[in-house]
Amino acid sequence: MAHRLLSGAMTSTDTTHPNTAPFLSLEAVRKIYPGVVALDRFSMEVRPGEVIGLVGENGAGKSTLMKILGGVTRPDSGTITVDGVAHDGLTVEQSIGSGIAFVHQELNLFENLDVAANIFFGREPLRAGPLRLVDRAKLRDMVAPLLKRVGANFSADAPVASLSLAQQQMVEIAKALSIRARLVILDEPTSSLPMAETEKLLDVIKGLKAQGISVIFISHRLHEIERVADRVVVLRDGTLAGTLAKDRINHDEMVRLMIGRMLKEREKAGEATRAPGSVVLSAEAIRTSTYPDRPVSIELRRGEILGLAGLVGSGRTELARVLFGIDERLGGSVTLDGKPLNVGSAADAVANGIFLVPEDRKLTGILLDLSIAQNITLPNLPAHARRSLVSTGAELATAEKQKKNLGIKAPSVLTRTGTLSGGNQQKVVLAKWLAMDPKVMILDEPTRGIDIGAKAEIYGLMRALADAGVAVLMISSDMEEVIGVSDRIAVMHEGQISGILDKDDFSQENVLLLAVGKKPKLLQAAGGVE
Amino acid sequence: MSKKDLGLLILILVVGAVVTAINPRFLSAINLANTSNLVALFGILSIGQAFVIITGGIELSVGSLIALLGTLFIDFIAVRELDWPLAFVVIIVLGAVIGFVHGWLITRLKLQPFVVTLCGLLIYRGVARFYTADGTAGFAFGQNFPTLEFLTAGRSYGLPNSFIALIVIAIVMWVVLHRSVFGRYLYAIGKNEEAAKYSGIRTGRVVIAAYVICGVLTALSAIYFAMYTRSISPASHGQFYELYAIAAAVLGGFSLRGGEGSLVGVLLGTVLLQELQNLVNLLGIPSSLNFAVMGGVILIGVLVDQQWGVFRARRRMIEATRQNVAGAPAE
Repeated sequence: MAHRLLSGAMTSTDTTHPNTAPFLSLEAVRKIYPGVVALDRFSMEVRPGEVIGLVGENGAGKSTLMKILGGVTRPDSGTITVDGVAHDGLTVEQSIGSGIAFVHQELNLFENLDVAANIFFGREPLRAGPLRLVDRAKLRDMVAPLLKRVGANFSADAPVASLSLAQQQMVEIAKALSIRARLVILDEPTSSLPMAETEKLLDVIKGLKAQGISVIFISHRLHEIERVADRVVVLRDGTLAGTLAKDRINHDEMVRLMIGRMLKEREKAGEATRAPGSVVLSAEAIRTSTYPDRPVSIELRRGEILGLAGLVGSGRTELARVLFGIDERLGGSVTLDGKPLNVGSAADAVANGIFLVPEDRKLTGILLDLSIAQNITLPNLPAHARRSLVSTGAELATAEKQKKNLGIKAPSVLTRTGTLSGGNQQKVVLAKWLAMDPKVMILDEPTRGIDIGAKAEIYGLMRALADAGVAVLMISSDMEEVIGVSDRIAVMHEGQISGILDKDDFSQENVLLLAVGKKPKLLQAAGGVE
Repeated sequence: MSKKDLGLLILILVVGAVVTAINPRFLSAINLANTSNLVALFGILSIGQAFVIITGGIELSVGSLIALLGTLFIDFIAVRELDWPLAFVVIIVLGAVIGFVHGWLITRLKLQPFVVTLCGLLIYRGVARFYTADGTAGFAFGQNFPTLEFLTAGRSYGLPNSFIALIVIAIVMWVVLHRSVFGRYLYAIGKNEEAAKYSGIRTGRVVIAAYVICGVLTALSAIYFAMYTRSISPASHGQFYELYAIAAAVLGGFSLRGGEGSLVGVLLGTVLLQELQNLVNLLGIPSSLNFAVMGGVILIGVLVDQQWGVFRARRRMIEATRQNVAGAPAE
């Protein structure tokens, strides 16, 4: 470290640690994916023992940055200096070798093994002898100090499945320490943690800092960043929107930097051509198994696109799954057209005209091995059959019609859906529901992973549905999409609807404020929040 | 007929030609009649198994069920002197009920098919042996059921009636599997149960129905087997028959992951298995090698099929890459 020469090109804009050389520094890093500039002219540095808060909207470039640091992706240009050695890009081995460790939101633990086995998985100390058995005593001795360093309140031989989420994260962090990590990157570690657990994790971060280990803490929960970060780096549209020194870290400043731009000119779904009509579907104090103590009420109106915004993990998908009958409703009541409705399965929902375009297209939206025609008629197959035998003619007729109406680009309706592009696959999902008679259409991240052109078409379809009198609920993490497409926006925060915005109050700032559980700035102070 | 089925058919013909060349008795009327009878009995069983496998499940208890239901059937008509049509209906209903219970345990209580039907395998074998006190169920001397015997073991126009029954069942089940709404649901569930559920299919009911079909066809073949052997020692009757049925399906192109396979395929698989058995007898191969021959052929068949699949996938990928390079990305 000290004996190594620092790269000459390195500049420092930060003065909180004037006397320590940065452990990691990025200089003018750029990464372009086909059609998207994921990261551009991005520079930052991390000093030993420093906690960096990294914030930005979904899609701002955080994941690309993580991939570059983890050695999964090579930047197109720029320099990464680790420990005084400059690289054009890291390999996975270099990343691990130089002490960069990740703790992802989805934990990589073997739940069926105990804590010690997880921490030293694949690197177990072995006993001498031909059998090369695991030396359990030594393993325990190696694990004990690591667990102590993360302040663990569980033992090394506890099965991981018996630990709480925060404890499991401690195991991950201990694993990071075991490879002598000098920088631990925590990717939204608290998004699925309840309050008390979050406290524990923040304490662990402070503990790491005290041991001279650097931390990059990525979180949507800005108040947590406020509490632990020494410096905040804000990403926006793949570029550095700004850096906040310790004394300037506050909530409003972070939000301002995150959204400091105007809505870009883009295709929109168009304005509603009619005033929203009567309530079609009304959910009253329903609860989901993810947030069993948070009742949610929501009303979907005829001819209206209701945007459902919120951070990942705020309970939006769970709400959709309950309305569609995939998950069990834990309480409350649902009415459809004023009549009580009991949806016990997706089949019940479909029979009542409640359709879902799910978040995970390839896993739940379509059957990749079936043809376009078979996918489109699957929910309504009896209508394409005579005496329970599928009528190929009727099936193809429906499929052809939908293919034409939605502009599905494929050689024929007999093409396997697995060979289609994401946008066309999504159109097949929509087509199967449009071929029926939707009353309520729920779309969960309908344009995720879809190119701009197909996006615009899908927005158009949603508007056409609403104009035809369908109640549309659109779950989206894309801020522009939510604001550009919705007629009203409901925002969820930790399992509850934190507010509903009317058109006049639409702004990225308001949505974001509600999404992190704060009060929005409304035109009419009393009006918007329900 | 798919390419896979065609390949299997050619294999059957080639093996047949080779066996005939060595031992012309292969094509004798008596041998063909015998073999087709066995094809019929195992075919009915294997079609039932195929319906379960297509959903991604497995039914291991059919061998034991053949023993239990066969024992019960003979006991009903020979000892308890029930009218055979009544006994027939009772056995079929029993098969359906057992299938329903298996399906219910698997879909509602979320038990694994392997576990449920493995327990079935043990339970039904045990019950069958207990029922006869480990004795043998058979007919008394001079007991005759002319109509029943004609329908099960008799012949029409030189064809075993059992084989005619198989043809009828195969045609009906072909329509069910390949042309009906239910058949489409079976394939959809086998391919991706989650997506099928999200399309509003009541996947639990469909899967239960598959096990019921398997139970009914197993019960039917149990009656045929009982009338074929005419005496049953429940300790060994029907042993390993579940594996014959699974092997026929696998040979016929079914994937144990579900969602793949055709009715013609499982029929051809059955024919090939019986041909191999026959081959062992006719060519004077020690009958102790019976299973080894079967296992070897299945292994080779599956290996060839799998390698062919890998080859095709690679070719598809190369083509797709070429297209992508040539034109704009396919979006």
